[in-house]
Amino acid sequence: MGDEVILLDFWPSMFGMRLRVALAEKGVNYEYKEEDLSNKSALLLKMNPVHKKIPVLIHNGKPVCESLIAVQYIDEVWKDKAPLLPSDPYQRAQARFWADYVDKKLYTLGSKVWQTKGEEQEASKKEFLDCLKLLEGELGDKPYFGGETFGFVDVSLITFYSWFYAYETFGNFSIEADCPKLIEWVKRCMEKESVSKSIPDPHKVYEFVLQLKKKFGIE
Amino acid sequence: MALGSLLAWLRVLEEVFKSEMIDEVKTPNLFKWALRFCSDDAVKDVMPRHDRLLEFVVNLIGAWPSPFVNRVRLALKLKSIDYVFLQENFVVKSELLLKSNPIHKKIPVLIHHDKPICESLIIVQYIDEVWSNNGPTLLPSDPYDRAIACFWAAYIDDKLVKAIDVAVKSPDAKKKKAAMEEISPMLAVLEEAFVKCSKGKAFFGGDIIGYVDIAMGPLWGWLKVIESINKLTVLDEATIPNLLKWGERFYNDATVKDVIPQHEKLLDVIIKVFPPMLLHIPSN
Repeated sequence: MGDEVILLDFWPSMFGMRLRVALAEKGVNYEYKEEDLSNKSALLLKMNPVHKKIPVLIHNGKPVCESLIAVQYIDEVWKDKAPLLPSDPYQRAQARFWADYVDKKLYTLGSKVWQTKGEEQEASKKEFLDCLKLLEGELGDKPYFGGETFGFVDVSLITFYSWFYAYETFGNFSIEADCPKLIEWVKRCMEKESVSKSIPDPHKVYEFVLQLKKKFGIE
Repeated sequence: MALGSLLAWLRVLEEVFKSEMIDEVKTPNLFKWALRFCSDDAVKDVMPRHDRLLEFVVNLIGAWPSPFVNRVRLALKLKSIDYVFLQENFVVKSELLLKSNPIHKKIPVLIHHDKPICESLIIVQYIDEVWSNNGPTLLPSDPYDRAIACFWAAYIDDKLVKAIDVAVKSPDAKKKKAAMEEISPMLAVLEEAFVKCSKGKAFFGGDIIGYVDIAMGPLWGWLKVIESINKLTVLDEATIPNLLKWGERFYNDATVKDVIPQHEKLLDVIIKVFPPMLLHIPSN
């Protein structure tokens, strides 16, 4: 086919992981380029001049930025395998709504959990767990958020699992205690090779966050 | 038969507008006839129940000044979709809104086939997909062009909207000023985006209004409002000549005019409803 696919990424990024999972689901061969965020490459600055952020998908020389937009792009271009978004417009709107919810809430709240202490941290933990419980409620009895098959919302959320150990350790709480069904869903997703090969070991992410905390003097 | 077949739709109108048309007291004989007609066995099998027809009514919960609501109104207008506009008041959120959008509790909410859809850009995409045979396509059909359109709509929401919000609402004059200073470079970025996306044509979407035009357009009046409130210019011909022309073109477009409120009306709402937003920046 002659498709050239490059992914500019940073290994602990839960946003970059979404593209790794989506590309793996579709069986797309790509070149992975690790970025040093303290010294961004000329390619990254050229391909994402507006935000200067990863991930960036470069398909035949043309960049697609913003992880959820890139996942939808991947789903549309490689449409013959493993559809991620449903075909019904209402179901698609629901999938986009929940992926957007994950984007609006989880990253910021999760960051507060490992960056703060005392009352602020307690408040962040509660809000963070409330979000996960809401998502758990939306999952219900379905095997995946996408229903019988792994879909768009699953891709959007599962990558945060790699940060759960870090959140739990720094926040001194257990996600499984409050959201057992969500953790069952996590285990189900991790049985998929496209997921397990795309997501780093949560202990490695914890070590990375520990280094970040030292670097920025966050206790 | 001629009148009877309309009965189900009369019941729909009654439900939508909350008033009885065939009234037991005012039109007793018609009322009794209607009951007899609907109970007839031959009729029952053929006539759709009015609650099934109600599913076809499109409802939009919103408020006329909201640029997010106006994105949806514009999309519905472009697709020639009739809908019932359920105006929220500015003070207390309705039961229907809280029930339809329990998570964010915000307008707009589109209700179609009795099911709510939330978040303005998600609603616009839904409208484009459901009514794909009506009127123009709002999003590009090519996946790459679509990704670019989505990128700019997201930029507008993540950056520009947030800054405009502070410039309008913040009671802190310093924060307002800082927001205004952030907006000028954002508009410069959008000027470049417009030149690239429009390829010399009238709109971001090309010859006709498209997704990015819908995302950005309703904010134009609000940009004029923040200039008035804060006595600072952001719509500067020197830095954003093409975007300025686009803005005026959009604002005066026939399709848009009766959907998007003029900025004088928006300013009026702020003066009357949200006076704390009128804190001026100290001049120095």
